[in-house]
Amino acid sequence: MDKLLLLGDEAIAQGAIDAGLSGVFAYPGTPSTEITEYIQGSEEAKNRKIASVWSANEKTAMETAIGMSYAGKRALVCMKHVGLNVAADAFINSAITGANGGLVVVSADDPSMHSSQNEQDSRFYGKFAQIPTLEPSNQQEAYDMTRYGFELSEKFGTPVLLRITTRLSHSRSGVERKEMLLQNNMSLPGDLKQFILLPSIARKRYDGLISKQIAFREDSENSGNIKFFDGKDKSMGIIACGIAYNYLMENFSEEEIPYPVLKIGQYPISKAQIKKLYNLVDSILVMEEGYPIIEELLRGYLDEGKPIKGRMDGTLPRVGELNPNLAGRALGKKVSTGFEIPKVTKPRPPLLCDGCSHWDSFEAINAVMKDYTPGRVFSDIGCYTLSALPPLESINSCVDMGASITMAVGATEAGLVPAVAAIGDSTFTHSGMTGLLDAVIRKVPVTVVIMDNATTAMTGGQDSAAFGKLEDIVKGLGVEEDHIRIVTPLRRLHEENVKVFKEEIAYQGVSVIITRRECVQTLSRRMKLKHAKKGLENVAQ
Amino acid sequence: MKKDIILSGVGGQGILTIATVIGMAALSEGYQLKQAEVHGMSQRGGDVQSHLRLSSRPIASDLIPEGTADMILSVEPLESLRYFNMLDTENGWLISSINPFKNISNYPDLEDILAEIWKLPRHVTLDADQVAKDLGSVKAANIVILGAASPYLGLKYESLENAIRNLFAKKGEAMVELNLNALKKGREMAEEKSK
Repeated sequence: MDKLLLLGDEAIAQGAIDAGLSGVFAYPGTPSTEITEYIQGSEEAKNRKIASVWSANEKTAMETAIGMSYAGKRALVCMKHVGLNVAADAFINSAITGANGGLVVVSADDPSMHSSQNEQDSRFYGKFAQIPTLEPSNQQEAYDMTRYGFELSEKFGTPVLLRITTRLSHSRSGVERKEMLLQNNMSLPGDLKQFILLPSIARKRYDGLISKQIAFREDSENSGNIKFFDGKDKSMGIIACGIAYNYLMENFSEEEIPYPVLKIGQYPISKAQIKKLYNLVDSILVMEEGYPIIEELLRGYLDEGKPIKGRMDGTLPRVGELNPNLAGRALGKKVSTGFEIPKVTKPRPPLLCDGCSHWDSFEAINAVMKDYTPGRVFSDIGCYTLSALPPLESINSCVDMGASITMAVGATEAGLVPAVAAIGDSTFTHSGMTGLLDAVIRKVPVTVVIMDNATTAMTGGQDSAAFGKLEDIVKGLGVEEDHIRIVTPLRRLHEENVKVFKEEIAYQGVSVIITRRECVQTLSRRMKLKHAKKGLENVAQ
Repeated sequence: MKKDIILSGVGGQGILTIATVIGMAALSEGYQLKQAEVHGMSQRGGDVQSHLRLSSRPIASDLIPEGTADMILSVEPLESLRYFNMLDTENGWLISSINPFKNISNYPDLEDILAEIWKLPRHVTLDADQVAKDLGSVKAANIVILGAASPYLGLKYESLENAIRNLFAKKGEAMVELNLNALKKGREMAEEKSK
């Protein structure tokens, strides 16, 4: 079969389709978005009727997948690392219920925080939930391990976590497909009480999970996802996890690597394999993309064994993404540096698009807020977070999805009145609705600005669950109709919009201003499509 | 054969189109490739780069090691400076447009930027926007740059032409012609300069 040129994300998607997937459940988040988008665009997935509509958030995605697994079919859940925080309740408990149909959870980590608020390592979640975790090093492994994940999940009746990082998510390479498997037929679990986590049942299920740990470790040993390569020079052994293995090998493209290497692609790691390496060498270098998880385990609390090198002793940087040069320096190799970057170079941070409605929304907010002391605008996660940067410098917070509203509520309870929350339409339906309900119940003087651009813009324009429903939702949550205002954020309407903002910010209760204008990116894409269609029609005539 | 190429520009300028054309051409000649892209927040008018690696042998890292790139191919002059550290000081080429994309208030003087580029031992700079405009549309500026890079890519010119034909086929014959002309003109200009 010909090789396909696929992003790591796309390789996961193709691997899942070929493994007999019946549904992918996800909320967009960089660097995981392309997995679901690929399945949505796949003809094969369409023919196989694979469910692929975006979920409202990662928690609903995870739960929907558990439901599909309960009904016996193979389900994939995809999210960025911080999305797993949102899904954590369902995720951790899915380890207790176990899986019926294969259940694979993909969490895409973002070391160096290219598009994220932290660089948490999802492998911790795998350990926390006590389930098998897979970590591919390249696109082919991403494909193969996704397939293997479903097999593993059904073999042990457990959800499986697959962890990747930004670089693999967004890098393309050739991937060889294997045969396409049939989808599972619907079949309920043999024990219909398995998914009822009443304490009496949950205790038994948890005992079951604990007793599987040995089998999980044995599987890591035998699956071929952990590989040992011997080397002549026993002064040092190297443990390389996931993509770190590539950076290691890049430094030995012209010569054979002299050190014994343990390449790790599956957790929980096998003690026997670690011990074999440990006994063979004088010291160990651990290369991990993310937190020093294995390194910390090896050092132990007292760190009195053989010398361990890695992120904790400065051999590699403690934070951020790895690369071939950092690996080279850790190996003591001479590393080239290229030309010096000229001093005249200036940074070019991202910024809101020309013509973006958020400019007008924040200019209105700025115009009103200049009458108050600074520090009153709580914001959220989306393109509009860029309003933190010059020239707008409008907002004072961005913590997690939905936190704009709840933080504004908390600040007013502390006496910061007025307080404003600025949140996008998709973020609002992701995690803002419950916060708005809190605000209504507390009757606090908070103005919530929902910037409705009719899409999930930052991740590239995916459907927004809020589309066409915002007013009804806001009304339904109990916001008074007189204080639900809808404005069109346009420069020529600035003065009247400022008037609306002024009135609602002065109001001593919960008010919602919806600033509504379509994202310029999705608009221009829609127009291009329309023109292209028109062009085709003209040709047909 | 091994070519490590840094593609640079500003989000939305079409560096991924260049990467796709080179990638298709390389695959048609049987080379292996890895191509790391930037998605997400930086695409909003920020600096973007792609690491494109071609080789007749398996490629380990998705990222090019610092100081080893065979080429920086930039559709914007300021953006080409950002990756000087990636370039192989012995053999590396820098190919860049001289057309600034000014969306920051402290954008440096273009002359200062070009002076830095011209200090490099191997470089080609060209007014890709003007060339593309003369050919019919400024949109083809990225392919003009690709044409200027083509003598140093280690790929057959025909492979690049075929890749353009395949990639732009669905956009109509006029777009195919425009981009083929852009490729040719860019190459001619680079060859002219190296004489």
